Amino acid sequence: MRKGSIAGFAAVVAIVAAVAVLFAYAAGWLSPGKLTPGRFVDRFKQVSGRHPGFRLNHAKGLCFAGWFDSDGQGAALSRATIFQPGRVRVIGRFSLGGGMPYQADKANTVRGLAISFMPAHGEEWRTAMINLPVFPFATPQAFYDQMLALAPDPATGKPNPARIQAFFAKYPESANALKLIQSQPVSSGFENSAFNSLDAFRFINANGETAWVRWSMLPVQPFAPAGPAHPQADTNYLFDALIASVREHPLQWHLLITIAQPGDPTDDATIPWPSDRKQVDAGTLTINQVESDDTSPARDTTFDPLVLPDGIAPSADPLLNARSVVYVRSFTLREGEHKSPAAVSPADAEK
Amino acid sequence: MVLTMLFIGIAMVASLGNYHKLVSLHRPLGIAILILAVVRLINRMFTTLPPFPATMSQWERRVATASERWLYALMLALPLVGWGMLSAGNYPIVMFGPVHLPPILPANPLLYTVLRKAHTVLAILFFLTILAHLTAVLFHTLVMRDGLLNRMVPWPVRSTKTNPNSNSQPK
Repeated sequence: MRKGSIAGFAAVVAIVAAVAVLFAYAAGWLSPGKLTPGRFVDRFKQVSGRHPGFRLNHAKGLCFAGWFDSDGQGAALSRATIFQPGRVRVIGRFSLGGGMPYQADKANTVRGLAISFMPAHGEEWRTAMINLPVFPFATPQAFYDQMLALAPDPATGKPNPARIQAFFAKYPESANALKLIQSQPVSSGFENSAFNSLDAFRFINANGETAWVRWSMLPVQPFAPAGPAHPQADTNYLFDALIASVREHPLQWHLLITIAQPGDPTDDATIPWPSDRKQVDAGTLTINQVESDDTSPARDTTFDPLVLPDGIAPSADPLLNARSVVYVRSFTLREGEHKSPAAVSPADAEK
Repeated sequence: MVLTMLFIGIAMVASLGNYHKLVSLHRPLGIAILILAVVRLINRMFTTLPPFPATMSQWERRVATASERWLYALMLALPLVGWGMLSAGNYPIVMFGPVHLPPILPANPLLYTVLRKAHTVLAILFFLTILAHLTAVLFHTLVMRDGLLNRMVPWPVRSTKTNPNSNSQPK
C-alpha cells in the first residue's frame, strides 16, 4: 500500500467511527447515569408493580364525554380556536394518582381530570389537571426521587422516616408545597373538586401579544368536605358517587384562566401565584356521559400536556417536557400490551 | 438532512429536557424529507447515471445499485410510517403554527404499536445503511482514489488513478 492509502484508510475509519460515536452519544447510550424516560418507566414499575395495558400513573379512572361552551372571553388572551364563542366537543378522563389500577378509592389520593377539546374546525387541545393547589415537585429529578423516598419501605411496609427527611432536606420547595397542600380541605368527591393545570403556559392572542397563564376547572357543584374514611370493601366509592351524580344531572365546571404578573414564577409549579391575580372565565365544561376505560376512546388517548393548539405555548417549566415524553413512552408500552378489565367496569358506569 | 433527522429522532426519545422542541422539529422535517424524496425519485427516473468507475467489480456494482434502491425506499418509508403512527396513536399531526396534516390511518392501538416499533427499527437500519454507504464512498475516494464521488456530486472531484468517466469493464 502507498503511504497515501494508509492515511486515507485511517481517515475512513476515523470519520465513520466519529459518526457512529456521535449517534450513540445522542441516543444516550454513552451516559447510563442520565435520567431518561426509560428510567422513569422502570421506576414506576418498581414502585407500583407491573400492570399490563394500564397507564403507568393515574392507572385507575373513568372516562367521560361532553362539551365546552366558550363565552369568547378567552379570545382576548389566546387565538386558539377553542376560545372563540361556541360549543366544542370534549372527551376526557377522571383518575386517581398512582400506578395501581385496582387501588381502593381514598379521599386523600390525588384526583385527576384530563380533557381533550376537539373543535370541529381547528386544532385539538389536551390538558391533564389535578386537584392539588400546587405541584409537590419542581423538577423531573425530584419527582423521580420521591417515588422511592416517599413510598413504603419494602422491608417494613411503612414509609422510611430517614429517607423522607433526606428527601425534604434535598428538595425544600417540596416541603413548602406539601404544607400548602395539607392546609387545604379536600372535597367529598370528583364532582365538587377543583382541578388545576399547575404548570404555567403562554397564551398568544391574534395580535401576537403574550400572557403567562395557569388554568383551573372550578366546579359548579357546591363544595362539601370529605367524610370519614370509607370501609375498605367500598373500593370504588368515589367513582360510584361520580357516576350517580352524572345520572342525576350533567356536571359543570368553569374554565378559569389566571394571568401572571411580571415576577410570578412560570417555571416552578411548586410555587402558587398571589391570590389577587386577574382571572378570566373562558367558558363552561359540561359532562353528561361517563364511560368505563374498557369502552371509551379516551383510554387510547394520551393526555399529553404539550398537545397544544396555535395560541397556547409551553413555558420553560421542566415538568412539561418530562410529562410529554414519559406519557408517550407509557402510551407506547400499554398500547402493545394485553388489556385487562378496568376497576370501574362498563356495568358500573351504566348503574 | 436525513442524518440530522436520525440524530434528532434518537436524541428526542431519550431526552427529558428538550423533547418538545425536538419533536416539533422532527415532524415538519420528516414531511419535508418525504416531499424531497419524491422529487428526487422522479428526477432519478429521468436521469441516466454516469458509469461506474473501472475499479468496481460486478458484485460491488450490484451492491451499490441495491443500496441505492434501499436508501430511496427508507427515505419514503420512514416519514410515511411516522405519519401513519401518529394517526393510529390518535395524535394530531402538527406541522407549524396552525398548520397540521390529516390522519392517514384510523386510530388503532395495535396499528400504533406495530408502526411505532417499525419507525425505530427502520431508523436504526437507515443509520447503519448510511454508515455503510459513507464507508464505501470514503474508501473509494480516500483509499482507492478512483473518482467514484464524481458520480454523486455535480462538481468535479480530483482523481489520481483513473479517468472518472472511464467506461471500461473490470478485469
